[in-house]
Amino acid sequence: MPAYACPKTLDEALDHLASGAWTVVAGGTDFYPARTGRAIGEQMLDITGINPLRGITKDGGYWRLGGLTPWSAIEGAGLPAAFDGLKCAAGQIGSVQIQNTATIAGNLCNASPAADGVPPLLTLEAEVELSSRGGTRTLPVAEFITGNRKTAIEPGELLTAVLIPVESATGIGCFLKLGVREYMVISMVSVAAWIQSAADGRIENARIAVGACSEIPRRLPGLEQSLAGLTVDDALDPALAGGIEAACLADLSPIGDVRATAAYRLHAAAELIGRAIRQCAKNGSWGRP
Amino acid sequence: MTKTAFTLNGHTMTVSTGPATRLSDVLRRRLGATGTKVGCDAGDCGACTVLIDGQPVCACMVPVGRLDGRHVETVEGLAEDGTLNRLQRSFLHHGAAQCGICIPGMLMAATALLRSNPAPSEEEVRQGLSGVLCRCTGYRKIIRAVMEAHRFEAPENAVQKGHAVGGRVRRVDGAPKVTGADIFGDDGAPAECLAVKVVRCPHHRARFALGGVDRFVEAHPGVVRVFTAADIPGENRFGVIPAFADQPVFAQGACRFRGEAVAMVVGESQAMAELALDEFPVTWEPLPALMTVAEATAPGAPLLFEDREGNILTRGLVRRGEVDAGLAAADTVVEGAFETPFVEHAYIEPEAGYAVRVGERVEVHACTQSPYMDRTEVARILGIDDEAVRIVPTSTGGGFGSKLDLSVQPFLAVAAWALKRPVRMAYSRPESMISTTKRHPSSIRIRIGAGKDGRLKALDYLGVFNTGAYASWGPTVANRVPVHASGPYVIADYRARSEAVHTNGPPAGAFRGFGVPQTALAQEVMFDELAEKLGLDALEFRLLNALDNGLPTVTGQVFETGVGFRQCLEALKPHWRRALADAERHNAADDGARPRPRGGGPRGVGIAGMWYGCGNTSLPNPSTIKVGITAGGKVVLFQGAVDIGQGSNTVITQICADGVGLPMERFELVLGDTDLTPDAGKTSASRQTFVSGKAALLAGQDLRRNILALSNASGSADIGLAGRRLTIRDGDGERIIDLGDLEADGGGFVLWGEGTFDPPTQPLDENGQGEPYATFGFGAHMVELEVDTGLGRVKVLKVTAAHDVGRAINPTLVEGQVEGGVAQGLGMALMEEYLPGRSENLHDYLIPTIGDVPEVETILIEEADPLGPYGAKGVGEQALIPTAPAVLNAIRHATGARLRVLPATPERILRAIQEAGKG
Repeated sequence: MPAYACPKTLDEALDHLASGAWTVVAGGTDFYPARTGRAIGEQMLDITGINPLRGITKDGGYWRLGGLTPWSAIEGAGLPAAFDGLKCAAGQIGSVQIQNTATIAGNLCNASPAADGVPPLLTLEAEVELSSRGGTRTLPVAEFITGNRKTAIEPGELLTAVLIPVESATGIGCFLKLGVREYMVISMVSVAAWIQSAADGRIENARIAVGACSEIPRRLPGLEQSLAGLTVDDALDPALAGGIEAACLADLSPIGDVRATAAYRLHAAAELIGRAIRQCAKNGSWGRP
Repeated sequence: MTKTAFTLNGHTMTVSTGPATRLSDVLRRRLGATGTKVGCDAGDCGACTVLIDGQPVCACMVPVGRLDGRHVETVEGLAEDGTLNRLQRSFLHHGAAQCGICIPGMLMAATALLRSNPAPSEEEVRQGLSGVLCRCTGYRKIIRAVMEAHRFEAPENAVQKGHAVGGRVRRVDGAPKVTGADIFGDDGAPAECLAVKVVRCPHHRARFALGGVDRFVEAHPGVVRVFTAADIPGENRFGVIPAFADQPVFAQGACRFRGEAVAMVVGESQAMAELALDEFPVTWEPLPALMTVAEATAPGAPLLFEDREGNILTRGLVRRGEVDAGLAAADTVVEGAFETPFVEHAYIEPEAGYAVRVGERVEVHACTQSPYMDRTEVARILGIDDEAVRIVPTSTGGGFGSKLDLSVQPFLAVAAWALKRPVRMAYSRPESMISTTKRHPSSIRIRIGAGKDGRLKALDYLGVFNTGAYASWGPTVANRVPVHASGPYVIADYRARSEAVHTNGPPAGAFRGFGVPQTALAQEVMFDELAEKLGLDALEFRLLNALDNGLPTVTGQVFETGVGFRQCLEALKPHWRRALADAERHNAADDGARPRPRGGGPRGVGIAGMWYGCGNTSLPNPSTIKVGITAGGKVVLFQGAVDIGQGSNTVITQICADGVGLPMERFELVLGDTDLTPDAGKTSASRQTFVSGKAALLAGQDLRRNILALSNASGSADIGLAGRRLTIRDGDGERIIDLGDLEADGGGFVLWGEGTFDPPTQPLDENGQGEPYATFGFGAHMVELEVDTGLGRVKVLKVTAAHDVGRAINPTLVEGQVEGGVAQGLGMALMEEYLPGRSENLHDYLIPTIGDVPEVETILIEEADPLGPYGAKGVGEQALIPTAPAVLNAIRHATGARLRVLPATPERILRAIQEAGKG
């Protein structure tokens, strides 16, 4: 019978991690499906008993999302409109059952190229807080995920929180995903957009991130720069599409798989980016009342 | 071992088990709470949904160790003091449960939703139930049941004597489906069972060698024995069609497909739960595999079976008139080539069961569609008489054709027989997907010609079907398809040829329609293109050419009555005009020049027709039903037609009750059990209402005659039964009989009725001419949808389905079949493709969710069949056939895109739109 531990405190969990080869399990929604029809052979460190790692607070310069916060709590939280993309993604991860169980830390640590939580976090310039017995460090999400199912987490570390700088909390965000069915679908493409505008109604700062179109979800910096200065009317101009397509071609490297070919993913990414930008402009201004 | 204490439906439970164990396993195996179902162990199906501290979660992904002090609620806790709660009653009343395997999950998700939102909108119900898959119902009645639950008052469901047929009678087997008490394949095994794991080939084709099996057994305490081909006591061979039985229980030396069994390990359940099969001593030598029909028929391709030249399993042909001359004489000819993939049945219940040896007999309790066929096959594998095998079907959590073939039965029977201990097994979801049958992939070429007047002249069809590694139902598909390739239309010059070709894919077998859905796709899509070329409205073109009473089919069969296809089209006409006008209005308002903020796009409307013969093709397929009355006044119906969710338990009771003239609620059922119930054939080919239903009517009438004979009463006499007092009223006369005074047989029965019906058919000659079926069901679907032309994504808005069912014995159940068939048809049209080795789970293989099935309006046409019970015909397969072509026709109407390959994924649709733009 393999070992199992369900610590109540972070220190206890970190002590375990420092002392042996544990597989950390939070929601379990990636852990168990990977073991269908098989015995569970590894030592499981179940961290869901550490209640302080759950919840959303505003803490100095950051919004702090505890690592164990489930997606349903994020979707239901009272957060600024700039977090709308994250909330929308939260409501489209798996099913209600998954959203009640799966955590934001798990989504990041699992590091799937199609993780729906990641593109909005990239647009919010979120950071992860990594704790170990040696202390705590933070890393931008963009540096935390290093490859398909690979992260920069070190042995002995736990992802204890996601930190979103308050600078990202103004503006408007949105998230769109494409799958072949309505619910419970792994994204063929997902897109998050986040836009801050100036008093003159022009885009001051735009961030666009795409999931499932490269080894890790990524931002499109060239496109983001080209969006600066755009008005809502500019965004509705079909001519915008050309620039978006070029940016996708330059920055994305999708693969073909059981869900879609690479070419279709590129096309769909460009189409969804255009829609995401227009959605941010839907009330005739960039998210301002 | 760790102790965990939590409450289960308010009762404190303490379990001592491995803390990483899935909560679903603990509930089912440790606590006996088998109401929570396991469909995938991966969070994909939601059947195991329970509430933890009020929140719905999948119990298959929760380690029990984290539950200390928490509150778990399952389906067993819903009924209040033994009375069904409002939601459960609403489910029953609305016919929301068919097979019932997903219902516990649906009920728990709905319970959580209703607590926070007692009167949810449809959209809120969809959202709340989005995590639970259902493969039977098409979700529509589930949505309705949840929306109505808050105000549901149980109306009286009293069925008047003699008027059960035609009534919206609740399922007679419904209550256990909403309480969790129903016993499915994995729910009834005795605790002392040994467990089985099967070693399967990981390659599409491979040679293999076993070595050191004895050492493996010794090294694994708790493992009792390993079985291989050498351990099969009888013939190591099975298959649904005796002449083609070609599949070994365990392969010998070489495997023909990924998932083929080579050995099984049997042991004590705890040891087996911890056993990793990767340690099993087998070495594989992968060989080049034939994965497509083109590869399998290429010159020099290796043969899967030495005696099947060119890897051709079988061919079919129907020929009438002179097709080449007919096409040459046609004014307009269209031609198309279509491709469809493997489709997985994806019932939510993976195959499961247990077996027990009882003296010199063996009993197999498992989910199945065909108990008597299972009996014959298990007997042959064990080398014993049929009578030494007892098959007891458990409740079956969906079948759709695949559970006609053996799955767990041979393993269970062989192990229980040899070890003289009860043995159980349940397939994992991947195991179910890789090892069981699929819908045949097809490559179809079709040419159709018509005259200037719009009348069809000729149709030439060639369908090549990938039948996979073993025969299964391949010959049936090859025979059925050429009969149906015309659709329900009059065509004088006709040729339809079919081939079933072996490849190293999974065995392709029966799946709702036996090749006809693939065939109808090609034929109905090309009909639209033909109608367009002729300048005719798609519906009017079909009406002009519709088969009717007195007109010959392509096999020369003429029905004088009962052909209701024209009526289906006429019934759709007002809907068709309304939908076309709606689409035109929508499309005029949206010229597409401005980017659409949230997608959306042009609307289209499509129509497609269908016919489908009920029962076996030109082969006998009798059913026998018995009904008896005991000396104590119990009316017992021996009903062996397996109910896999479609409702045969209820329909057959309704028919029999009216046949006797007694109220339905007096009937007790003895369900499928080869020791107790006579052979009612297989649940297949849309035959149970038509064939077994007719047998039930004859049995009921027989019993009625025998009752009336007691008093020489006339046929119109009224029969009453109160306790053991039988009252026969005839005119003014009344005779009261105390059943206790009659002589009882060994079973305590004093009166019997028995009925057998075998639909009359005639063999087909060398040109396929003859009378293949005693009746056909007819129908037509109209699909309204919107195409997102930027992404190729389709949103189906509504399906209107008209079906000639002869007589709707139970309109609620018929609607359930139609809605479920539409849902599977939408899945086939838009998303489903099984790729061996790549989509072996329910997150890579996608079936429609509750958000993917729109409103379905069912129009029932009752063009009585002269043979069917009260005029009834089958509807089970009929309901799926026209959906996919109607979808493709609607997409073309909306965008001009011509799709020839299923599924019509967003990518394929987008490409077809772009090509249409160029054209």
